[in-house]
Amino acid sequence: MSRRVVSLWFPRLASDRFLRSRTIDAPFALTHRQGNTERLYCLNAAASQQGLHTGMGYSDARAFCLDLQTHPADPAGDQAFLKVLARWAKRYCPWVGLEGADGLVLDITGSAHLFGGEAPLLHDIHQRVTRAGLFVRSGVADTRGAAWALAHYGKGIAARAQQLDAIGQLPVAALRLDQKPSIALQRLGVKSIGDLHALPRATITRRFGPEVLLRLDQALGTQAETISPLPDPPAYQVRLSLPDPIGLQADVMAGTARLLNQLCEKLTAQEMGARVLQLCLRRVDKGTQEIEIRLARAMRDPHRILTLFERGIGDIDAGFGIDQMRLVATLVEPVVVEQVTHSQVDAGDKLDDLITRIGNRIGLDNVQRFLPADSHIPERSFIVAPAAYSTPAGRWVSLRERPIQIFPPEPITGAGATPPASLRWRRMSFRVERATGPERIAPEWWLSDENWRSGVRDYWKVETKQGRRLWLFYTPQNPAWFVQGQFA
Amino acid sequence: MASDFYTHFPLRANRVHEACGPSALGFAFAVAGQRRGTALWVTEAWHAGQINPAGFAPYFDPRDLLIARGKDQTDVLATAEEALRSGAIALTVITVTKPIGLTEGRRLQLAAEAGKSMGLCLVPDGKGSNAAETRWHCEPIFDAADSTLQRWEIIKNKSGTLATWIVRWNVEARRITVVSEAG
Repeated sequence: MSRRVVSLWFPRLASDRFLRSRTIDAPFALTHRQGNTERLYCLNAAASQQGLHTGMGYSDARAFCLDLQTHPADPAGDQAFLKVLARWAKRYCPWVGLEGADGLVLDITGSAHLFGGEAPLLHDIHQRVTRAGLFVRSGVADTRGAAWALAHYGKGIAARAQQLDAIGQLPVAALRLDQKPSIALQRLGVKSIGDLHALPRATITRRFGPEVLLRLDQALGTQAETISPLPDPPAYQVRLSLPDPIGLQADVMAGTARLLNQLCEKLTAQEMGARVLQLCLRRVDKGTQEIEIRLARAMRDPHRILTLFERGIGDIDAGFGIDQMRLVATLVEPVVVEQVTHSQVDAGDKLDDLITRIGNRIGLDNVQRFLPADSHIPERSFIVAPAAYSTPAGRWVSLRERPIQIFPPEPITGAGATPPASLRWRRMSFRVERATGPERIAPEWWLSDENWRSGVRDYWKVETKQGRRLWLFYTPQNPAWFVQGQFA
Repeated sequence: MASDFYTHFPLRANRVHEACGPSALGFAFAVAGQRRGTALWVTEAWHAGQINPAGFAPYFDPRDLLIARGKDQTDVLATAEEALRSGAIALTVITVTKPIGLTEGRRLQLAAEAGKSMGLCLVPDGKGSNAAETRWHCEPIFDAADSTLQRWEIIKNKSGTLATWIVRWNVEARRITVVSEAG
């Protein structure tokens, strides 16, 4: 069976991608900075009709077309979008490759009949791509070269083993030639591929080098050309099927160890580490049980991970036995290989393992640490971040003494701008012996905080005869006294 | 006698101790500052967020502090046991709201011995566990000249006598010093 290849060309991929999110009827172009000038990168149909073309200077284009709308191009985003299209195109055949920056090539050998033939398949592609808001041109032929020629310069489907008839009328540029040989050929009067084929081969090579004939042979199928499909993203999962069901905890641990070794080898080869692991145990009665562990740090060391599974496996109800185990790393992160030195201590590893174990009991987000924040407001001078996703950082400098314990402000009775001589707080009465202050702290007006509606605060450290040292504040704009903290 | 204090105060390692009273937090940070290493603060979720890193920074570097918030006291005790047993944590501070029984207290004690770590339970007044190695009652006292003065009193001691000291926080040296021994 001969090969059949579909070539898809998206001439306006970049601008179509941009216009998918917003509709612009007027002439529109994406611009890209090349060298020192802004040039048009991709146009919509309306702009092409106005006579603009790709590669034109932006200021020239503005002079030709006054109502031209533009936006900076994002070639990396376009490339990613093309990969998305390539993945989508796998619905037609498993063998999809990229063709330049704006095309796809599909090897549909043996899969066209699933869609009722080549014409219905092509119709389906056109319908779906057009509905997605993209403009597409396509060609089907026995070879990649011929399909490309049909997509870019012709139309339709080339019959089997009739490549020359299908593309013979197309210009020589349809052979994917560089600009120089194609212009030279046209100057000589060799306008079409048919003309080129009729010439003696030796003269062409002598005059234009091997490239022209190579392209011609590739288009006509005498020279083979490969299509390289995109690599599949690596799947980090392994499984183990057992001939006899197992139920003992030690057996399940041994099976898990075997799976972990395989998975960690895979992770090591890809320089990745697992962050979330899921172990699915299928029982004989088809019930599945899952154990999920979340790691405080991306890891790929099987021995350390195995001990973390112990608790989960202990809780498993094996029923009549487990006959299939599957281990999936559902979240992976790149792990950089580090130099190990003889002076290194493994306290960090032990701590990370501990965070993981605690995190699996109370939730990884509930193991936290303080990070300094840039604010004068006492309750906002720090933030609390999950320890697994942050590193200790920053310097803790406070210019004035701060209480070691703070709580939401609790009102007390008092009048005037100086602390009361005696106060009652939490059903205890205190006599104030010494008051240090005031320290005025103004609210951060750029943030609306409900608690700071009462305006500026004058903070006092108050030492009581009974011993307690309290942090009081007075709000002069809204006279009242509150207790907000306690010193050591 | 000041030397007597220093036989007690760097608390006995590999044990779980208890502290209560209004200055128990200050006591915990003073101990943490002495232990040198990572400290884990285990509390119930609703109870957390009371300590202020800017406030205890002179006693103990907040970068070395981890906080674990458990759902209830069972979670808190399980987390603490895990942390004590692992040996990766120098000091585990456990905020206890309900009295803990002898079994739980003993389990913590065994975990601390296994992990060569130290635990400190902050308990409400009079709600301690009998398994604790020592129990300290700490309260601030007023002094005309010194605003860091505290009274630390051992109110339970498994291997020693009870005693009371007046101590102060030496800001320059960043350590606790004994002012006098009170009867």
